[in-house]
Amino acid sequence: MRQKLAWLALAAIVLAALPLPLSEPHTVELATVGAYFIAILGVDLLGRHAGEVSLGHGGFMAVGAYTTATLTADHGVRDLWTIPAAAAVAGGVGLLAGLPGLRVSGLSFALASFGIAVAAPTTLRRFDHLTGGSRGIALFGKSTQTGHGLGVLGLTNGQWLYALTWTVGVACFLVLWAILASSFGRSLHAVRDSELAAAAAGVNRPAVKLAAFGISAALAGIAGSLLAIDVAYVSPHTFPIQLSLYLLVGSVAGLYGSIWGAVLGALLVQYLSRLVGLVPHVDTSRAGPTTFFFGATLVALMLALPLVLRSADAIARRGHARPH
Amino acid sequence: MTGFLEHLVSGLASGGIYGLLALAIVLVRRTTGVINFAQGEMATLAAFGCWTLVDHGWAFWPAFGATIALSFAGGAALQVVVLRPVERGPLAGILVLTVGLMLSLNGLMAWIWGGAPKRFDGPFSASLVTVGGAAFSKRDIGVVVASLAVAALVGLLLTRTKLGLGLRAASASPAEARLAGVRVGAMRAAGWGLAAALGAVAGVLAAPSLGLEPNMLQTALLYALAAAVLGGLDSPAGALVGGLLLGVLLDLVGSYVHWVGGELRPATALAVLLAVLLVRPAGPLGVRRA
Amino acid sequence: MPLLELRDVEAGYGGIRALDGVSLSVEEGDFVAILGANGAGKSTMLRAICGMVRTRGDVLLDGTKIFHRTPEGMARKGVTHVPEGRGTFTTLTVLDNLRVGSWVQRGTSTRDLARVFELFPSLYERRNVRAAMLSGGEQQMLALGRALMARPRLLLVDEPSLGLAPLVLREIFAVLRRMNESGTAIVVVEQTAQLALAAARHAFVLERGRVVLGGDAAGLRLDEPVRRTYLGY
Repeated sequence: MRQKLAWLALAAIVLAALPLPLSEPHTVELATVGAYFIAILGVDLLGRHAGEVSLGHGGFMAVGAYTTATLTADHGVRDLWTIPAAAAVAGGVGLLAGLPGLRVSGLSFALASFGIAVAAPTTLRRFDHLTGGSRGIALFGKSTQTGHGLGVLGLTNGQWLYALTWTVGVACFLVLWAILASSFGRSLHAVRDSELAAAAAGVNRPAVKLAAFGISAALAGIAGSLLAIDVAYVSPHTFPIQLSLYLLVGSVAGLYGSIWGAVLGALLVQYLSRLVGLVPHVDTSRAGPTTFFFGATLVALMLALPLVLRSADAIARRGHARPH
Repeated sequence: MTGFLEHLVSGLASGGIYGLLALAIVLVRRTTGVINFAQGEMATLAAFGCWTLVDHGWAFWPAFGATIALSFAGGAALQVVVLRPVERGPLAGILVLTVGLMLSLNGLMAWIWGGAPKRFDGPFSASLVTVGGAAFSKRDIGVVVASLAVAALVGLLLTRTKLGLGLRAASASPAEARLAGVRVGAMRAAGWGLAAALGAVAGVLAAPSLGLEPNMLQTALLYALAAAVLGGLDSPAGALVGGLLLGVLLDLVGSYVHWVGGELRPATALAVLLAVLLVRPAGPLGVRRA
Repeated sequence: MPLLELRDVEAGYGGIRALDGVSLSVEEGDFVAILGANGAGKSTMLRAICGMVRTRGDVLLDGTKIFHRTPEGMARKGVTHVPEGRGTFTTLTVLDNLRVGSWVQRGTSTRDLARVFELFPSLYERRNVRAAMLSGGEQQMLALGRALMARPRLLLVDEPSLGLAPLVLREIFAVLRRMNESGTAIVVVEQTAQLALAAARHAFVLERGRVVLGGDAAGLRLDEPVRRTYLGY
């Protein structure tokens, strides 16, 4: 336990110090990594702890982002105070998407979340009096933008956004950790492992599942909200179906790295296109190669997963072998 | 009235494409248990293949035939190489794998052919035909007839041929099928191949009106999933009829309910999907199980 | 040369050894009953023959050792296994079920279908009904009918009596006898020793994965311990 705390402390120091040597644009990039990190926490909650697949976290992010954007730009609410609102609205949409999952176990949430991710961009465009349609909403320069884009308390704008996003990120991580360690977490794992056994043990499966969907979507809502604040602009194009799928890839990549997995996944989402650009003859100015490599990575990860799990299992068993 | 008929036909045309895709999804679901999220991209890839052949001088029908054959082979190969290793794992994992395939194919198509829509004329001309004051697109009529014909062919294949019997037996009970001597693995590959071929037909039928580009069938996949769910995810007939109904519904609602317009069609389909899953998960058009 | 031979076959699930060295043989056209208490290894033996469970030891068909056995492969060699629980293709009609039965033949012969319907008239009545709607007895008949369609040389039947009324049971065994008369070798695993011993020509008794008794069915019927343990008198 002491070792774990030591690692966490080290990580916190690295996290805090990281932006200091970096330029503004890079710092803002790392801030958006923080937003993806929170969204991936949401995907992870469902994938690893609830046994459900979400194909629509980009859609929930869009809901949170637009909640923040409309409240900040059009209704005079300070951007920071919109974050809880974004969480609530996105969480509500998540509950809605989770309702079918109560009757039909299996992959109905995958279908519903996919539907949300596909429907979100066009639906946002349609309600343009609320959402600004294709033009989107700019938060930059608004009086409700904390720091007015110029930084806060001696920090530059980028550093402020980085600090904000990662503080919220760490807070979300700790809250999630606490939730999963509680009896709710145990109930959730029970439902994931065997719905029959959980029901027999008196777990209220619908309530537990709904709560998981809600919390997961709320996390994505917070992520979307922070993304809107970081980039100071939202439009329907910010959240295509590919984003939801990239987040899924990030979450699966994280399966290979325990608690740091979500960080790894977030870095992947932000920087894979950069990595792909290193491959000779690949033109990353077009979306094709990046999308292809995300997909290929996911396929490779899913094919390798059983092997990895089996060898991890074998190693664990060897470690527990008792001499005869 | 004429307006209504016009919308009916154009709705049936889109619906035919959704129905064929939904049929493919149900086929894969029944023979291998998984919902293949890459079905749309596989169909688009086939359409690109057909386009490439035509671009290199092939006549349409030979190109179409080659595309169908290659799609069947490709689908079967995909099942053997990528799906079989993870066959025994949890369904969620296999689903995520198909999502990875969807992404890869989408990216691959954008990489090879670029994102700009390509013109693909297909077998039907775009001219109009007037019947009693209503104007119908020859292309729409062609698509409706072709979809129904292909679906009927697949139905005959499933119910009247030995291959169809083997496919149905292998999906109903793989263990019993093996005991009867059925090579279940081959049936699973054939199921994927057949679904891929169906998707190829859908893609080629869709490309002339939607415009051939990598994201062509992304929204259509949602419609196809909704149609498949209408059929309870396991009735081929239900999926086809669901697709046709959904196509007509979306066209009518999009045109007559101005509030909805064209942009809320995905949201409408999502509403249908959620409603079916909530109220009648076995699918209103599904097969009633004993 | 016997049709089927098992030499020192061991098989198990996980850590449990269900078959602990079983050796027996079945001649062409024979009718063999396998008796034993629950868990004695009877079902496992049939599964071992079809390669549905990992085994050690040899299984020989027509004197040739068959190493890599699969249900499909054995079916193509003329060995049809009807497992316990009378699995049918529940979503297929009775007719389609029977058609699947003749999979290893070139096509579905109408003569075979006629034979099955003659033996099981109630199946003919319900030929277009989905198998899921049949009663337990009818499903067992369907399973046997499917086996008939395959024209097997060796038929392995696992616990046909499970959950069936005595009248239906008699019909089933009558059919088995008729199949045997037309040349199919039959190995039936049964807990209801009475019927099995009455129909069979030879019998083996399994206990804890081993053959403890074997021989003439008629002789075994009169054997004291067998009578007491399996026949109840």
